[in-house]
Amino acid sequence: MKTGFRYKFAALFTAGLLLYVGIAILGRRVSAAPPTGASVTGTIKLDGTPPHERPIDMSKEPSCAKIHENNPVRTESVVVGPNGGLQNVVVYVSEGLSGNEPASTEVQSWDQKGCQYIPHVMGLDVNQHFKVVNSDQTSHNIHPQPKNNSEWNKSQPPGSQPFDMAWTNPEVAIPVKCNIHPWMHGYMVVVKGPYGVSDNNGDFKVSGLAPGNYTLTAWQETYGTQTQKVTVTVGKPATVNFTFKAK
Amino acid sequence: MRTTSQKLSFFVSITAGFFFALSCAATAQETKYIEDQRLDTESHIGNLTGHARAAQPDYRRYCVGCHGEEGDGLGENEPWLDPKPRNFTLGQFKCRSTPTGTLPIDKDLYDTIARGLDRSVMPPWNTFTHQQRADLVAYVKHFSPKFQTEKPGTPIQIPPEPAVTADRIKAGQALFQRLECWKCHGVEGRANGPSADTLQDDQNRPIKAYNFAEGARPKCGGTDADLYKIFMTGLDGTPMPSFADNVKPDEAWDLVFYLRTLEPMHTKEREIAKQLGLKPINPNAPAATPEATPTTPTPAPQQ
Repeated sequence: MKTGFRYKFAALFTAGLLLYVGIAILGRRVSAAPPTGASVTGTIKLDGTPPHERPIDMSKEPSCAKIHENNPVRTESVVVGPNGGLQNVVVYVSEGLSGNEPASTEVQSWDQKGCQYIPHVMGLDVNQHFKVVNSDQTSHNIHPQPKNNSEWNKSQPPGSQPFDMAWTNPEVAIPVKCNIHPWMHGYMVVVKGPYGVSDNNGDFKVSGLAPGNYTLTAWQETYGTQTQKVTVTVGKPATVNFTFKAK
Repeated sequence: MRTTSQKLSFFVSITAGFFFALSCAATAQETKYIEDQRLDTESHIGNLTGHARAAQPDYRRYCVGCHGEEGDGLGENEPWLDPKPRNFTLGQFKCRSTPTGTLPIDKDLYDTIARGLDRSVMPPWNTFTHQQRADLVAYVKHFSPKFQTEKPGTPIQIPPEPAVTADRIKAGQALFQRLECWKCHGVEGRANGPSADTLQDDQNRPIKAYNFAEGARPKCGGTDADLYKIFMTGLDGTPMPSFADNVKPDEAWDLVFYLRTLEPMHTKEREIAKQLGLKPINPNAPAATPEATPTTPTPAPQQ
């Protein structure tokens, strides 16, 4: 009886191992299918009252204070649109990428206008280029503070040429600041593969996906991340909605 | 009498224990292996070759108190120090000859060890032999994985230093205004610009702008070439950015000469500024656009 059990155990173990290896190989083959341009859309909402955004005092920079004279700007830690949609949320694929997704080649623009970053939150693919623009009549220094990439710090006086940069490693998220104007804050969210950033209605779109199962992650600078699983099929865009709870 | 299931559970736990012990040993061995490999780090300064392994006794004797056993800047003296000791594991250094965002070359680290950092507790380690310093450079590098995966940046090109002229000093002043150096350093270089009070380093600790009028040596050296490098490469980890994109290599010398006039020491530049009757810049003057500012000074007659 003792020997019989041992054999049974060994047989079960081997079978399990074979099954595991088989699944691994099969799984790899499935995910290697070429992308067919499927996409995920959705809306991001805020449940509750957004935190109080403080008005920014730009009196130390008269050229910028003048721009916002009649419409004082506030901090942008939580930006809610007229329909309750949450803006500046980056949605990306955290699991399930095949590695065959087309790289984002569009050159993004990181503008400094009225002593604010436009956009306040920018999504980026790894190695996707972006140009840094200064539209102001004052000098800025662009100082991203990554942990997983190399930090740099460049000055950009008024009227100077935009310069081109890219990040080589994924990182959610890189805070960007200007040391001359301490109220200037922004984030660059560097992810592998397709991503979407929600607009003023909270709407986002992640495209360039192959049919399959994915885990989507939504990142908001104050509330952190949320994940959801989604199955994407051909010809029918999947819908995923996220709701962040106000703290 | 033992049942079969008891025997089985005994067998399984013994096996599991064995594999766990094996994996622990493997991990420990792997860490040791990586450490050993890192200790093979070398540095090359001129004809000197530094070996990290050779610097271990020196580091443990002289550096560990501030920079820590792991090189993370958390030595036992760290809580009482300001500025804080450098965290070598980040692979980020203030004093470089390479562009912002890149690793320094070995010579930069070597010079920092020999020069020390003024107004900090880092003294000039000129008590070490050249070989010891080269070894320590290799040891500093071995703490950061960046030095294993990335190449140092290409040092910026510094054209030969021209002669100081009145025109160059005036052009330098125009640059000081256009680049808005005064926002932090103040119109007279007294570190009292409108943004000076809110400056923070990378760990969000308050940091002071350099006060030219104080007569102290800048952190990354006091020669003309050192000043040149400071604003063309930026001091990574601090608010001081790189101006390399907006200053032409030759123009940069003009700014160096103007900065010399802000120092209290008797310098040739100060003498010329006095003769010129040079007044501090007026930050409220009409916005200096690049078109309006003469960015390329007319060649000045030699004085």
